[in-house]
Amino acid sequence: MAEASRPLVRVQGLKRYFDVSAPLLNRLLEGQPRLTLRAVDGVDFTINRGETFSIVGESGCGKSTVARLIVGLYRPTAGVIEFDGADMSGFRSRKEMAPLRRRQQMIFQDPYASLNPRWRVRDIIAEPIRAFRLIDGNAAIVARTDELLRQVGLAPADGDKYPHEFSGGQRQRISIARALASQPEFLICDEPTSALDVSVQAQILNLMKDLQRELKLTYLFISHNLAVVYHISDHVAVMYLGRIAELAPTRVLFSRPRHPYTRMLLDTIPDLAMTGRQRNPVAGEVPNPINPPTGCGFHPRCPFANERCKIERPEPLPARGDAPGSAALVACHGVEEGRLPDDVRPLNAA
Amino acid sequence: MPRPPANQPLLQVENLVVEFPTRRGVLRAIDDISFHIDQGEVLGVVGESGAGKSLTGAAIIGLLEPPGRIAGGRVFLDGGRIDDLPPEKMRRVRGKQIGAIFQDPLTSLNPLYSIGRQLAETITTHLPMSEAEARKRAIELLAEVGIPAPDKRIDHYPHQFSGGMRQRVVIALALCANPRLIIADEPTTALDVSIQAQIIALLKRLCRDHGTAVMLITHDMGVIAETADRVAVMYAGRIAEVGPVRQVIKHALHPYTEGLMGSIPSVGMDRQRLAQIDGAMPRLNAIPQGCAFNPRCPKVFDRCRVERPDLMAQGTTQVACWLHAPDRALAKAAGGGRG
Ligand SMILES: Nc1ncnc2c1ncn2[C@@H]1O[C@H](COP(=O)(O)OP(=O)(O)OP(=O)(O)O)[C@@H](O)[C@H]1O
Ligand SMILES: Nc1ncnc2c1ncn2[C@@H]1O[C@H](COP(=O)(O)OP(=O)(O)OP(=O)(O)O)[C@@H](O)[C@H]1O
Ligand code: SF4
Ligand code: SF4
Ligand SMILES: [Mg+2]
Ligand SMILES: [Mg+2]
Repeated sequence: MAEASRPLVRVQGLKRYFDVSAPLLNRLLEGQPRLTLRAVDGVDFTINRGETFSIVGESGCGKSTVARLIVGLYRPTAGVIEFDGADMSGFRSRKEMAPLRRRQQMIFQDPYASLNPRWRVRDIIAEPIRAFRLIDGNAAIVARTDELLRQVGLAPADGDKYPHEFSGGQRQRISIARALASQPEFLICDEPTSALDVSVQAQILNLMKDLQRELKLTYLFISHNLAVVYHISDHVAVMYLGRIAELAPTRVLFSRPRHPYTRMLLDTIPDLAMTGRQRNPVAGEVPNPINPPTGCGFHPRCPFANERCKIERPEPLPARGDAPGSAALVACHGVEEGRLPDDVRPLNAA
Repeated sequence: MPRPPANQPLLQVENLVVEFPTRRGVLRAIDDISFHIDQGEVLGVVGESGAGKSLTGAAIIGLLEPPGRIAGGRVFLDGGRIDDLPPEKMRRVRGKQIGAIFQDPLTSLNPLYSIGRQLAETITTHLPMSEAEARKRAIELLAEVGIPAPDKRIDHYPHQFSGGMRQRVVIALALCANPRLIIADEPTTALDVSIQAQIIALLKRLCRDHGTAVMLITHDMGVIAETADRVAVMYAGRIAEVGPVRQVIKHALHPYTEGLMGSIPSVGMDRQRLAQIDGAMPRLNAIPQGCAFNPRCPKVFDRCRVERPDLMAQGTTQVACWLHAPDRALAKAAGGGRG
């Protein structure tokens, strides 16, 4: 395939299970069984160059695990991850992966935990520049870190301080600056703006969009804030219990949600206009990845569930009625059978 | 000890000042702020990153990290002064009467102990309960904050939870001794909207049923709109505006609050660019003279660069902005207003 049209990331049949059994001794003494937690349970998607691909879904559905699998922090239980045509599982050591690693950077959900408390901010940001020998000479490196600090709304003088001297949102900006330092092509952002106040969040999101345009960056973006996701993404995948429930171009997803879970999720967006609308927390028992329901994982909470849903697991299929090439993929028997009412939502209700 | 009158608020903060002595001089991070929270009330605290929200919370619960220190002002809980308590007494107030949820969930959890052990320990320290009772209560609390299969999850370690789950474990920790006041610093930021709704419903229920008061620090105006009774907007270590939540969101008086409202993304709006308040909040060592917001303010006028505005009452809201000074309103009425 031609380099330009080949997707940058391709994920197929990706799974990651965790063993969460009690210690062996307890299991023997108390007769407890082995417990497996299916954090990611069969996920397929591709991310095109220069695009923003977002993953949304309830806490614990497997979003961070997908991100960590892609950057190689976890090994997959099964499945394939390709980055720019190269199969990531083919690499045996971190060293072999290093050339690819420079092209990917991750911004973590927990900014403080990912900053070395004993280093000055300037050294934290310059670390990838030095590690990959991107710039020579101390003066040039200082100039570059100053520029990065300014880009994320901090001041060059902040480079001389330590992480604990900053507020939560300021620390998050430090980790963004560090991620940008190695000039990656692919940026994985796990809740990058969740600890930021709205005005800084707007600055960072605008900055991310500008950089994307200038440098042709590709983003994998994880956020629980649907308004932010709407604003920044080209495609959105909705995850539920380690699987993709629906995957669609952003406008299609928000204007015409197909999957019953996507519809519920959109109903939970907070009401800033304060029209008095009550938010509907998604009802029903909370899903448990240690002992997931049979059939469709969403069936215990789904108002459209029937017998088939309890037995047979739905696979993602193209939805009818979308333009070819931009069709939503939906994993739902009800949608496939055409027995769900259409749910069309206007998008201009700013 | 001077006691506020009988109809006193649960928490009263008077002229609080927080400073960091550094080699290059003293940095004043919180500059003379006063506010109160009534029983059963939710006070939202919003404001730009670095405005001093977390430090205000940390000062109230006596957890400022040295060299940071309270350099002025007083804090009352239920009429009793708490800012000058010895550390040992303050520790008891903290667990029993004030529950704290920190911005960084990992820092509140010990990676070496199962979460069940951490919860049970906090419960037995503050409440007269046996180990077995404490474990039962811990499982109930985990269920209340929406952790699936809590009877199995209770024996897991922090790294085995997702980011949002850890945040909820920290919330459970803060609630487990039935505190009178909860200081929640960005409690729902890493949570998806439906769990967020569940946590908010839980906080509201505590307020209603137990008269618990909440100081809710968040940048999420959606959460504020739906949860808070009143909201305080902070800027550069001071309160810019404080008032009933509807009033502040719908009819912001302070130009900074107005800008803040404009930066909020919403589904359906133009996807090209978000409105942003240009410029950045001043560094602590370079707070401008006069109104701290003046270099970024679209409505700035002469007086703003010279004199610092204090909070002034405007109906049910209080606002620190010269646009709303009583003499200016008079001057305007007489046709002599500037700007
Ligand atoms: N140990 C410290 N030494 C020096 N300055 C500090 C220290 N801790 C905090 N500050 C400064 O005090 C100011 C207020 O910090 P605070 O953490 O209260 O902000 P915040 O309003 O909670 O912001 P955020 O929304 O980003 O969490 C910031 O400018 C921060 O840099
Ligand atoms: N190292 C681990 N060991 C055991 N279980 C794990 C581990 N990491 C994640 N899990 C479990 O896998 C599931 C998915 O976790 P993950 O962190 O991917 O969720 P998430 O979608 O990112 O949620 P959040 O929005 O709360 O961050 C959770 O049930 C979590 O407890
Ligand atoms: S497959 Fe059945 S249970 Fe699952 S979402 Fe569709 S209708 Fe609901
Ligand atoms: S006092 Fe002046 S500078 Fe400050 S917010 Fe009001 S108008 Fe703007
Ligand atoms: Mg996560
Ligand atoms: Mg903070």
